[in-house]
Amino acid sequence: MVLIHLDSGGDDHGYVPHPMWSFQKEAKFCPVLLFKLNSLPTETFTSQGMLIPFLMKNCFQLLCTHKVPAAGFKNAVKSGLILQSVSSDVYQNLAVEDWIHDHVNLEGKPILFFWRNTPSLVIGRHQNPWQECNLSLMRERGVKLARRLSGGGAVYHDMGNINLTFFTTRTKYDRMENLKLIVRALNAIQPQLDVQATKRFDLLLDGQFKISGTAAKIGRTTAYHHCTLLCSTDRTSLSSLLKSPYQGIKSNATQSIPAMVKNLLEKDPTLTCEGLINAIAAEYAAHHQIDHHITFINPTDETLFPGINSRAKELQTWEWIYGRTPKFSISTAFNVLGEQTPLEIKVFLDIKNGRIEICRIEAPYHWLPLEIYEKLNSGLTGSKFCPVETTMITHMLLRTCPEDQELHSKWNVLCEKIKGIM
Amino acid sequence: MAAARVLRTWGRSAGRLVCVRHFQACSTGHILKPKCLCLLGFPALKYNHPHHLLKTTAALCGQVVQFKLSDIGEGIREVTVKEWYVKEGDTVSQFDSICEVQSDKASVTITSRYDGVIKKLYYNLDDIAYVGKPLVDIETEALKDSEEDVVETPAVSHDEHTHQEIKGQKTLATPAVRRLAMENNIKLSEVVGSGKDGRVLKEDILNYLEKQTGAILPPSPKAEIIPPPAQPKDRTVPIPISKPPVFIGKDKTEPITGFQKAMVKTMSAALKIPHFGYCDEVDLTELLKLREELKPIALARGIKLSYMPFFIKAASLGLLQFPILNSSVDENCQTITYKASHNIGIAMDTKQGLVVPNVKNVQICSIFEIAAELNRLQNLGAVGQLSTTDLAGGTFTLSNIGSIGGTYAKAVILPPEVAIGALGSIRALPRFNLNGEVYKAQIMNVSWSADHRIIDGATMSRFSNLWKSYLENPAFMLLDLK
Repeated sequence: MVLIHLDSGGDDHGYVPHPMWSFQKEAKFCPVLLFKLNSLPTETFTSQGMLIPFLMKNCFQLLCTHKVPAAGFKNAVKSGLILQSVSSDVYQNLAVEDWIHDHVNLEGKPILFFWRNTPSLVIGRHQNPWQECNLSLMRERGVKLARRLSGGGAVYHDMGNINLTFFTTRTKYDRMENLKLIVRALNAIQPQLDVQATKRFDLLLDGQFKISGTAAKIGRTTAYHHCTLLCSTDRTSLSSLLKSPYQGIKSNATQSIPAMVKNLLEKDPTLTCEGLINAIAAEYAAHHQIDHHITFINPTDETLFPGINSRAKELQTWEWIYGRTPKFSISTAFNVLGEQTPLEIKVFLDIKNGRIEICRIEAPYHWLPLEIYEKLNSGLTGSKFCPVETTMITHMLLRTCPEDQELHSKWNVLCEKIKGIM
Repeated sequence: MAAARVLRTWGRSAGRLVCVRHFQACSTGHILKPKCLCLLGFPALKYNHPHHLLKTTAALCGQVVQFKLSDIGEGIREVTVKEWYVKEGDTVSQFDSICEVQSDKASVTITSRYDGVIKKLYYNLDDIAYVGKPLVDIETEALKDSEEDVVETPAVSHDEHTHQEIKGQKTLATPAVRRLAMENNIKLSEVVGSGKDGRVLKEDILNYLEKQTGAILPPSPKAEIIPPPAQPKDRTVPIPISKPPVFIGKDKTEPITGFQKAMVKTMSAALKIPHFGYCDEVDLTELLKLREELKPIALARGIKLSYMPFFIKAASLGLLQFPILNSSVDENCQTITYKASHNIGIAMDTKQGLVVPNVKNVQICSIFEIAAELNRLQNLGAVGQLSTTDLAGGTFTLSNIGSIGGTYAKAVILPPEVAIGALGSIRALPRFNLNGEVYKAQIMNVSWSADHRIIDGATMSRFSNLWKSYLENPAFMLLDLK
């Protein structure tokens, strides 16, 4: 039997609470019985999971009709929840974190959330994607870029990388305790494993390989600490994508610290993702004295998480992913083929909110006339620092240039080089 | 108005007497000011927009409170300010986000503890802020938990209303909401709070009132309802006074940047070209039948076949006869270049704006090849991945605005081209056939625009007739197909 209390008080930004979620004060501590169903109506999951949407609907209906004063239950049983996402979409999963952080009362009821994503790169709240990763390679390979709401550095996600989020009240926020829990869980299934938590809240394998990084978000009443766990990630992709080729960036954004990594699976082939998740869930359950069953949740279910789909959409907008980059500047140069010798072209850009505030191109006037550089400077000022938008702008502007084959080809070369730094 | 503040603090039990005295103090035969009215205790003086009230009284007697950075936990003493959500002069409510700070991989949202106006920010972006030191100054009307902000009204004779405490547990509500409840003689404990942590919000008070009185209070924020004063205690139904709707929208001005700015430049240059227009209607009944036959075959080859490949190929055949339409002139219109390739551009509406990729060398492509290329360009356009090569080198353009709607259009020529065609939507209309009988025809309108400096009406007309004849009788296209 698991006691859950999920109370939504409605957030401060005008969100109207879903009728199922707003309870009268008296009903606050109603017990909810979760039945383990053997025949599940729609989806099928691994043996340990229970289908929460179906259950939650029934249980909330129960709650609404039976207002049981629960003073007696308050101290009887400790509660908490272990959740796992059925989705591998990074934006949907980040939206779940955000939703739980904003809408759930975690007093006495902490939550552990497991999630994994298809190949994506996730940067911290205050980071600069151009500084952190190889954006052009990501575009080529179709690797998604996401900006999370917690601080910290950039991480590569794929299905071999387990994400764990520990939700607690602000007062119970303790990252070291969570990491120690993970270490205990790992040692429970593999006592020989040498895993240590560092002062920077990393987990090191054999004292040198990083297998987990941490980040956290603290709100007014709730907080969450999430970390990764490298089980069987594609390390080649990880290192190539996390290496930024962009030069000359000056910024105050949080910078990631590169580290040597290793997969747990490489160390010991019995340490699979499933196995690790179950072990950590068991340790969490033991520590909080709750049922160790993992409940699967669907991040697109609006009845369970009202408003979550629009959150997920927001996380995918250019304004959030790129537009939230703290102010930075670029000072770089590249070469183009001149008549005989290569010519150097310098580019200076000031970028704020992902848009070019100031654009200055310094190039020899014998290569292209001054008006052309001015046209390009003026055209790019105020536009997004984005190759797609730049392609459209420069193409349109070319129509206002004289019809000259040589001029057009030089213009195209210059524009391609500029797009190469975006 | 220091008098007001003084009176408030020790006038609790004095009631009406005190208020009258104040009235005498502040007005000497002048018109009563609203604040005095309120103190005199006209009952049920409802301000539907508590914040409005907040602002006026704040100006009178606000206290500037230093909001200190509270403890983050884990023994953290200093953080970096990463983002400000407010600036000096902004109004904030309790629980609004003020700023985002970062400490050792944790991002913390700092929320306001008070309602009020931000007076001073102590840090700039990327500065180090210290726990326990002031973060911002807020000018508040009153402190959150104080009972001194209770406004006395003689109608409220029972003192229990001044305390809004139930069973030793305080109901959470902002001072503005408390006032609203006070003025309507509502016990906050009786109202179901729908805000965070069970907070009572303004809407909750209004809903409660609605249930009580059965009337709907007009929601307009600036309206003030002042019912006749001779109704002290009983909660009679307030008469909803109909007010003319107040529009509070504001104009929004922003600079034109990015792609829009580029369009401004290009279109301004384009309109320097003297345009003339020529329109006609095309009977596509036969073409529709042909396409229906060919669609499944193309699909089997993995290509979606629309009407555009036919329009494009027919245009290219026409350009072979009238090459001046596939030309380009220099800035001063002194030289004309007849382009060899027919790179026919297709105007596309994407998320980022208008793009015009072109199909290269249509003169040597089959209709199927054109369709395939069109598919490729459309797919790339949808995800914003059209390359410069796809976009550059166009010589003639067709704009299928009819796919969205419309009949006739006046398209603007895209320099350095000299002609453009806008295609309307295909509609079923009655027409006469050669035998004089009415039949159901599929009609599409086409609107051509051309550069009148080098192209005359006759040329355009002949080109259009040729193009039309190819489409109205597709078998004819076979004869000239290259």
